[in-house]
Amino acid sequence: MTQSFRLENIGMINRNKKLSFKFNGKVYYGYEGDTLASALIANGVHLIGRSFKYHRPRGFFGAGVDEPYAIVQLYRNGETEPNIKATEQELFEGLEAKSVNCWPSVNFDVGAINNFLRIFLPAGFYYKTFMWPKSFWYKIYEPFIRKAAGLGVASIKHDKERYEHKYEYCDLLITGSGPSGLASAYAAAKNGAKVILAEDKSRFGGTLLTSEVNIGNQSGKEWAESVISELKEMPNVTIKNRSQVFGYYDHNMLVMSERISDHLPQTKKFHPKQRLWYIRAKEVLISSGSIERPIVFGNNDTPGVMLSSAAKEYLKIYGVLVGKNPLIFTNNDSGYETAIEFQKNGINPIILDTRKDPKSELVDEAKNLGINIKFSYVVVAAQGYKKVKSADIAKISEDKEQLGTVESVKCDCICVSGFWTPTIHLASQSGNKTKFKEDIDAFVPGTSKQNETTLGAANGTYTLEETLKSSFETGHKLSKEITKNDNKISFPNVIEKKSTVHDKFWCVPLPKGKNYKRFLDFQNDVAVSDIEIALKEGYRSIEHVKRYTTLGMATDQGKTSNLNGLQLVSKIENKVVPAVGHTTFRPPYTPVSIGAIVGREVGKHSKPTRKSPMHSWHEKNNAVFVDAGVWLRPRYYKQGDENLFEGSKREAKNVRTNVGVCDVTTLGKIDIKGPDAAELLNRVYTNAWLKLPVGKARYGVMLREDGIVMDDGTTTRISENHYHMTTTTAQAANVLSHLEYYLQLVWPELNVNVVSTTEQWAGAAIAGPKSRNLLQKLFPKSDVSNEGLPFMGYMEGDLFGVKARIFRISFSGELAYEINVESDNGNFMWEKIIEVGQEFKIQPYGTEALSTLRIEMGHVAGSELDGRTIPYDNSLEGLLSKKKDFIGKRSLTRKAFISEDRQKIVGVIPLDKKTSIPEGSHLVKDSSAPLPNPKLGYISASCWSVEHDNPFSLAIVKDGKNMIGKKLFVMSPLKNKVIPVEIVSSHYVDPKGERVRS
Amino acid sequence: MLHIKCPHCGMRSQNEFSYGGDASVKRPELGKEVTDQEWDDFVYNRKSLRGKHWELWQHLSGCRQWIKIERDTATHEIFNTLKANEEIS
Repeated sequence: MTQSFRLENIGMINRNKKLSFKFNGKVYYGYEGDTLASALIANGVHLIGRSFKYHRPRGFFGAGVDEPYAIVQLYRNGETEPNIKATEQELFEGLEAKSVNCWPSVNFDVGAINNFLRIFLPAGFYYKTFMWPKSFWYKIYEPFIRKAAGLGVASIKHDKERYEHKYEYCDLLITGSGPSGLASAYAAAKNGAKVILAEDKSRFGGTLLTSEVNIGNQSGKEWAESVISELKEMPNVTIKNRSQVFGYYDHNMLVMSERISDHLPQTKKFHPKQRLWYIRAKEVLISSGSIERPIVFGNNDTPGVMLSSAAKEYLKIYGVLVGKNPLIFTNNDSGYETAIEFQKNGINPIILDTRKDPKSELVDEAKNLGINIKFSYVVVAAQGYKKVKSADIAKISEDKEQLGTVESVKCDCICVSGFWTPTIHLASQSGNKTKFKEDIDAFVPGTSKQNETTLGAANGTYTLEETLKSSFETGHKLSKEITKNDNKISFPNVIEKKSTVHDKFWCVPLPKGKNYKRFLDFQNDVAVSDIEIALKEGYRSIEHVKRYTTLGMATDQGKTSNLNGLQLVSKIENKVVPAVGHTTFRPPYTPVSIGAIVGREVGKHSKPTRKSPMHSWHEKNNAVFVDAGVWLRPRYYKQGDENLFEGSKREAKNVRTNVGVCDVTTLGKIDIKGPDAAELLNRVYTNAWLKLPVGKARYGVMLREDGIVMDDGTTTRISENHYHMTTTTAQAANVLSHLEYYLQLVWPELNVNVVSTTEQWAGAAIAGPKSRNLLQKLFPKSDVSNEGLPFMGYMEGDLFGVKARIFRISFSGELAYEINVESDNGNFMWEKIIEVGQEFKIQPYGTEALSTLRIEMGHVAGSELDGRTIPYDNSLEGLLSKKKDFIGKRSLTRKAFISEDRQKIVGVIPLDKKTSIPEGSHLVKDSSAPLPNPKLGYISASCWSVEHDNPFSLAIVKDGKNMIGKKLFVMSPLKNKVIPVEIVSSHYVDPKGERVRS
Repeated sequence: MLHIKCPHCGMRSQNEFSYGGDASVKRPELGKEVTDQEWDDFVYNRKSLRGKHWELWQHLSGCRQWIKIERDTATHEIFNTLKANEEIS
């Protein structure tokens, strides 16, 4: 297909580089520098999608970020992405895009029946209709609405692309590289300030690229280019195109998304696709310009109706005609600029001006060029289905209420200009109290909340000279305050055509007997009649009207619709616009890809991975790993074809009969030093600590102030004022913060230092009846006999030349020891233990066997100390000192905590001694009781007891102390299981604890 | 994201800190008899203030010091920061 709407001598595209692309399966050609939109229009394609609700044909409305219609599904390098604006997507070789929201095709769309049913689809239709019958919701209504709604399909594949985050600090962040952005950046940069200048589009310069102005004897475009090239050379300036500052957050932090590779056929090696910048700026200059707003008239959503500024941009930047027979419909001078450009390029437009007799340089120029201008004229309705074919026009009375005779004029596009709306989103997000500016009929920033200043058109200043002047001054003044430099810049001479006032007219009345849809919000199909219904039904607050009708709620967030919506509400309510007020502007200003927000924190990078020094040994020996917080721990060491159940059973059994070794490096370790260390422990733990001798360890439980168990572990007195505390893997960081809190804020008089040493020590637990024999061989010079190193004893030893700490502590309930060496020696220690342990049939064991061993011993761990239990619940009440106060003690006297039938830990065995009990199941008295069946407790941990060779679980049960011997039922609705069980003691193996002391 | 002036380290981003609640809460002295009401006030009862509020933060990924910050809970404006041992005036 030829680019029959492309002009030859105008535009900024690279005609030496022709690109091919596909739209809805058809091949087209465009040029480097095109957007998908400009290339399609060059090929005469105006039908790009179907509307959200009525499935009406959709074309192009704008040329950039404000585009409400032209949303496509993009295919690039084997990936697909929904919600891409064709007006923003730059063309690349091989680009593929498809229409959304239509089936089977954009030309013949079954959903378009909604357009004819529209009388039945008023505002709130979905709320009103799909309420009943209730049972219809899941199977009929929801799937139907889901299929009908939505603009594209997200890929379910893993995104191969890479996204990055970057943190940056600067003196001035300037958002937008139009005249105000360039002028302020230039002035600030000359004063040596650190400046970041962000431009959303690929080309810098904003409106300077398309307006006929002269700055210092250069065209606007030339001036912009010279300023940009000078800024690029300055080391204190960062200039970013394709970068949208989309959010203004607290403490002058802004977030910008930089689209690095989206305009390329594929991302370059080592490059990210997009980068999210977190920018902390001392001052923010908002130079985001303004967006042209439409005038509302009948069928104003027909493809070919578009903003006049967009038509001008397509012409001047891309050399593309949006039509060859244009009708310009305007209430201000901007429409004339577009008309003049058409005329200069050999196309004869017609101007309809709602004003009676405007007088300005621009109007005169249009007249002199011989353009056909009809004053006091309006477009009543566009005619044509998939493209504008003609327009019904009429003269309008001076009070703008009465239409004259309707005439039809042939045209293939209608370029609308309803004046300009400042882009105040960032200022408003910052907390700026916006104010309504009568002369431009729009809101502008008012009082700044943070260090933000809005310049130029974004501030409602629409003349170039004023914009440049105030921007130079502001850039100079703010940078001077920061850098103390005072480099004056001479202000260039500015020539621009003078405009006159606009007509405060925004909506064409319906002609008698006609019921055209007049759309306010194009993306969500919200028409004038929908707002009228909402108000009739009693919605008053603009926020409610928005949510009920979905005005301004789509992905374009009402950039072209919000003000006209406000005008309508205020007219019906007979209020002024500022009294109605605008809805809240929230970030993001424009859609941001989830990938950019997530950044590098995906997959294994979603959290740090910590590995013990023995990790590579585990890998080499077929360890199957499990996440334990951020740590990777061996779950079991697979032998042959065995599964988790078989492997862990083998490992646990070997501990009970021979000796096993377990990597316990992940346990939290805190080094505690100082003359008041014992006093600190005595306050933190529930049991007594003042009399613990040097060379001894003690088990302790610590509570939160509310009496709930926070953590448990052993602490060893290494020397007079030196203790080694261990915590559970999960609570290590919290316990350290907890200790620091009390030492720094509550008891600063205690002379104690705490520091984490988790990473400094590698730990190995050796457990089993033969562990002492092994230990003796590892430390031949030490006396590790039951007398030399009794239960809960501690000594230092020499492990083949390596200094080691030996603790006689046990989690498995067997005779056991824990050896710690400096982390660098961890692998050496481990290999020595394995090597020397061969004669005792040593086997490494993982966390699954570790759990089995502790569960059948009735030792509590994280699944019981789950932030909901007190010491009594875990049968730890024996550790509560009566003689001293400790953290959380006072809470233990609370009524619920001392009630007679308080929950307590018990053991659970299935009556058939075969059925495994799922963790998290409930315990009930009667399995056939009506729902909700009163719950007596829950299964906290389950294992296959290797000692008894049957399933065994721990449970926390109401009135646990009186439940031993009772027969209950375990119910797991999730797994559809009902298991008759018997309640037994939680100490299922070695209830007297003889083995650890043997 | 807030920008917090740690009295030990200077201006740092919020993601280096963790929140620690109302700074005006005083723990009853150890061993002292307290009524249920006093204890509940210490453990549970907090005013959910709108406006200026002294609160505790810990510079977790920095100097690990607990600090006191006077912040407006509605606007996030920070007026003052103090070290753990400095009294709120």
